[in-house]
Amino acid sequence: MFPRIVYESFRRQARRKLLAGIAITLGVAVATAMIAVATDIGDKINRELRSYGANLVVTPQEDTLDVEVGGVNLKPPSDGAFLNEADLPKIRGTFWHHNIVGFSPMLSVTVKVGSDAKDVTLLGTYFNKALSFGKDDFTTGVRITHPWWKVSCGNVKESPNCGWPDDNSQNVLLGERLATKLGKHPGDAIDVSGRQLTISAILSTGGAEDDEIVAPLSVAQQILGKPGAVRRVYVSAMTKPPDALSIRDPKTMTPEVYDRWYCSPYVESIAYQLQEVIPHSHAEQIRQVAQNEGTVLSRIKGLMLLITFAALFASALAVSAAMATAIYERRVEVGLMKALGAGNLAVSAIFFAEALLLALVGGVAGFSAGALLAHQIGRSIFNSQISIEPVLFPIIIAIAVFVTFAGSAAAIRRAVKFDPVFALRGEG
Amino acid sequence: MSSIPGTLLTPRQVADRRAQAPHSSMFARMLLRAAVLRRRRAASALLAMIVAAAVATTMMNLYVDVQAKLRTEFRNYGANVVIVAKEGQSLPADALAKVESVLGAKTLAVPFSYAVARIKDGQSDGQSVVVVGTDFARARQLNHWWKVSHWPSAPNEVLVGMSAATVVSPKAGSSRQPFELTFQGKAIELAPAGMLQTGAGEDSRIYLDQSDFQNWTGVAPSTIEVAANGTAVDVEASIRQLAQVLPSADVRPVRQIMEGEANVLNKTRATLYASATLVVLTSALCVLATLIGWVFDRRRDFAIMKALGASERLINGFFAAETAALGVVGAILGFFIGIGVAAWIGRVNFHAPVVPRFSVFPYVLAGSVAVALISAVLPIELLRRVQPAIILRGE
Repeated sequence: MFPRIVYESFRRQARRKLLAGIAITLGVAVATAMIAVATDIGDKINRELRSYGANLVVTPQEDTLDVEVGGVNLKPPSDGAFLNEADLPKIRGTFWHHNIVGFSPMLSVTVKVGSDAKDVTLLGTYFNKALSFGKDDFTTGVRITHPWWKVSCGNVKESPNCGWPDDNSQNVLLGERLATKLGKHPGDAIDVSGRQLTISAILSTGGAEDDEIVAPLSVAQQILGKPGAVRRVYVSAMTKPPDALSIRDPKTMTPEVYDRWYCSPYVESIAYQLQEVIPHSHAEQIRQVAQNEGTVLSRIKGLMLLITFAALFASALAVSAAMATAIYERRVEVGLMKALGAGNLAVSAIFFAEALLLALVGGVAGFSAGALLAHQIGRSIFNSQISIEPVLFPIIIAIAVFVTFAGSAAAIRRAVKFDPVFALRGEG
Repeated sequence: MSSIPGTLLTPRQVADRRAQAPHSSMFARMLLRAAVLRRRRAASALLAMIVAAAVATTMMNLYVDVQAKLRTEFRNYGANVVIVAKEGQSLPADALAKVESVLGAKTLAVPFSYAVARIKDGQSDGQSVVVVGTDFARARQLNHWWKVSHWPSAPNEVLVGMSAATVVSPKAGSSRQPFELTFQGKAIELAPAGMLQTGAGEDSRIYLDQSDFQNWTGVAPSTIEVAANGTAVDVEASIRQLAQVLPSADVRPVRQIMEGEANVLNKTRATLYASATLVVLTSALCVLATLIGWVFDRRRDFAIMKALGASERLINGFFAAETAALGVVGAILGFFIGIGVAAWIGRVNFHAPVVPRFSVFPYVLAGSVAVALISAVLPIELLRRVQPAIILRGE
């Protein structure tokens, strides 16, 4: 009898059930989408924060003092220690290599340019170099770590080779201000310390590089006469905001604490791991980038968390309102059931069974719709997937059932308490 | 209904009394009595309305204010505009005053001057080191990320970069020794007050107060770093203004900072917009569900009014007025609650209150009334097609 009552109730009042079901579906969809976005926003914003550039720098351990004013290095470049270029792919072998977005080696050389032999800094680096570590093939360079670097072709629109130079070529980028000073254009040849290099484009960075020549790393090494030499490496890594554990000295930690520290993507522990894989190196966080991104990240995450609560609250209310209305309309039915001898428990059971069915169906439909919505948000805003953890599914269904029950409970109690005589007389 | 018990009025007296009263009184009385007699149902509808209006107000307030809040956070990244003297020159002496008069006193502008000195190590001239003259109080405000063990306060006290310290002033016990530098033959003795750690070029430099620096080297500031407030458009305008008042200098944006900020801010704004829209829509749905139930529930009133000969216009007007009144009251109460919630979120998350935006009130009010009217019209449209007798029979 019990299943039949529930079944007939759905069959005969299909439209009303549909309305309540739609409310649950929409509520669950919004909740799912918001939870998915909120749990993923940290990772997404972390990736966006990488547009501020590298947050770690690796230098040789016995680094000599830089004497550099306004981007011009006054020290003979052959001085001091260097890192070995061959060690760099090992960065992909660190524990947190998935968090390392990219790295760029840098080697500055002072060169003589043109006939009047002016001193200019030539910076050797990777643009978008293809490297491999073990079976892992990847590309890295300034196009990833320094996204604000822009190349332009100036007035030479038709130049077919204009653009970022190839890492294995003898083509260079000319800083914006240096180009104006020298009167050079893309496509022109430039005489650099007796070498003929081709300018492939004009570089604009808003920094010291605007007065420099930026060349493939191998060109700088050839000019310096030190193959494989690298002065410093800029590393761009996604990190966890600093907390009490991150700033502790690893030497004073107990083994368990050390493991926890080592296995957290703090900027300090990533620096430590970089030092481990690159011999004779010293890795340091670039505090301007590293320290601030933690604050921005935690602010945005906190905000999304609070908004998610607002969304959950609003959808819970919408579901309860829909359920309460649906049940309130059925007082006459309750009156009839009670007049025929049904107890409070039996009546409540019918309503709760109906609510459970609605919550399950609406929950599944809402979860799918919410996943779709989160996917759309991720694609249109961040140009990447927002992943939905499968573990979210049972949680969402549980929340849907709980909210539907909670929303129905008050209405059911009121319906059950209502005197059948009044209900049957049609006095509400 | 309002007759005094025991005194019977003749129909004429009743008619006389009603003739004097304004015609709207019945309408108003019906509205009022409906709210009072069914206060439980009315209260639950009003509650839904208030919650929805509060949520909508909070979201709109946050959407407008959070961008300003985040911009202040982004200013912790330091200068977004630099003013550099043309090659080999210094900036005019009044450059800093000019910058501040253009951008207002609230903008942070920090002068820097550079010189390459040599470390005096007894016998011969030693290694070169870059010495920077600056205003410590301003630099401290601009560059929050500088890790400084102790800021200098006395004259000729300096801030020594981590790498520079190992060269100029090796650690002797717990304190660092004073050291001597020479610049074009002029020697100066400096006492390290604290260490500076940034992970960038600053680590290999020595920072000295601008007046001490100028007395020693005679070099005036060649760079001013500016943290300009406001949106990207405001900053562009500031750059143009600065270039106008300082024609002898190069004013340029720090692209790394400006583009990073624009990028993160745009994504955050878009996410916030999407979430706010979802939340507002959900709360509108909540109101719709509650109010439709509320109006539908009163189909008997509707039927009686129709049976007594009320025109369709009157009935529509009656229900519309009732729900609109609910919408207005809900919007007003919800608005103030929403302002409070937004302020609380601002304090919890940004440690600064969100400024109440009264400009969003018209939108909240219009939205509430619109949702209320929609939820009145929908059930009435359904009921209009039904004969009053069928409703009154309870079918």
